[in-house]
Amino acid sequence: MKHLIDIKDLSTEEIDELIKVAKDIMDNREKYAKKCEGKKLATLFYEPSTRTRLSFEAAMMELGGNVLGFSSANSSSAAKGESVADTVRVIGGYADIIAMRHPKEGAPLVAAMKSEVPIINAGDGGHNHPTQTLTDLLTIQCEKHRLSDLTIGICGDLKFGRTVHSLITAMSRYTNIKFVLISPNELKIPDYVKTDILEKNHMEYVEINDMETYMQDLDILYMTRVQKERFFNEEDYIRLKDYYILNKEKLEKAKENLCIMHPLPRVNEISVDVDDDNRACYFKQAKYGKFIRMALILKLLEVK
Amino acid sequence: MNIDSIKNGYVIDHIEAGKSFEIYNYLNLGELDTSVAIIKNAKSNKTGKKDIIKIDENLDINLDILGYLDPNITVNKIQNGEIVEKFHPELPEKLVNVVKCKNPRCITSIEQELPHICELTDREKVVYRCKYCEEQVNR
Repeated sequence: MKHLIDIKDLSTEEIDELIKVAKDIMDNREKYAKKCEGKKLATLFYEPSTRTRLSFEAAMMELGGNVLGFSSANSSSAAKGESVADTVRVIGGYADIIAMRHPKEGAPLVAAMKSEVPIINAGDGGHNHPTQTLTDLLTIQCEKHRLSDLTIGICGDLKFGRTVHSLITAMSRYTNIKFVLISPNELKIPDYVKTDILEKNHMEYVEINDMETYMQDLDILYMTRVQKERFFNEEDYIRLKDYYILNKEKLEKAKENLCIMHPLPRVNEISVDVDDDNRACYFKQAKYGKFIRMALILKLLEVK
Repeated sequence: MNIDSIKNGYVIDHIEAGKSFEIYNYLNLGELDTSVAIIKNAKSNKTGKKDIIKIDENLDINLDILGYLDPNITVNKIQNGEIVEKFHPELPEKLVNVVKCKNPRCITSIEQELPHICELTDREKVVYRCKYCEEQVNR
């Protein structure tokens, strides 16, 4: 039995296979419509999420399976003090696979250590969000037709942004990837990402405060939101939330085939006037998320 | 002060002065029936003062943790009154309930019964990270 807690749990071959299956699902929806008939996915969401939860649920439904679960800690037994380990042991008796989001880092790993059914980490605090990374990889593959030879700008909250850490980890497997890390000093990428991933894999990167300097070099611009829920201090959040706003003017120097991505939800970091630009890929990206989750569910349930 | 030499057992030497009780507790030596001697502030040519622990039995105890607690420690294994092995314990790959993760966002901050597990991620720089949240933990 396999879990997906961290993107590192998947080999490059497994990621390639998931992307291949996801693309096949996009082209042959009917073929997959009954693959998970009689199976149930439990979505255990201890923290609010619209997109990820609905994406998982839609994925299972499109495979012909059913879904059950809760969408906030208050409506679960966690409110009564039940541990994550106990909850998954109980839910494992009701469902065939579990997708879990939890505000505390490492909670899905605790679940995986005790669960009798596969666990998918659907985001644990500021730590990992592997299915977002798979979504990002599928988006890059579909939009750029390659996962190597790319200059990727990542902008916004690089300190708490879990999607950012997972994306950098995942891209470290591919050749000739350059990163332009754009953030205010307070939200710079953590040291361990630099030493353990970027430097260990001899990846080229620059850290910079402004988004204009390297705009013309980017193949991908990955925007992120400054997340209020990651701050213990409201003042810091207010000071940093409007630091970067991408608009048409800032895109003037950008490549014609730039791919603008965002894990969503967006607040104001991408101006709505960018939405109609053919370089804006973030709504497509959300759609790709469902297909890669379908491929992942099939893999973890070992459905052929 | 004299403490008899031991026939079979361990002498944990070159402990930083004042640290012997900490090591005694980490190794759970209080639970042993055998004789255990703690020598505090013994004379040391290298450091001036040191602590020593003598365990008067060849027990199967995991001494790896010593490598994490104090890399200068020397362990002497004694058999029939003679030193048969002398070594500096290596850094252990995993520490269980030795150091606590202090990350307030870690699952261990709310689930008290979870063991605090740290894994060695960089032997050269002696970096241990929490198994759950991957935050670096400090001694």
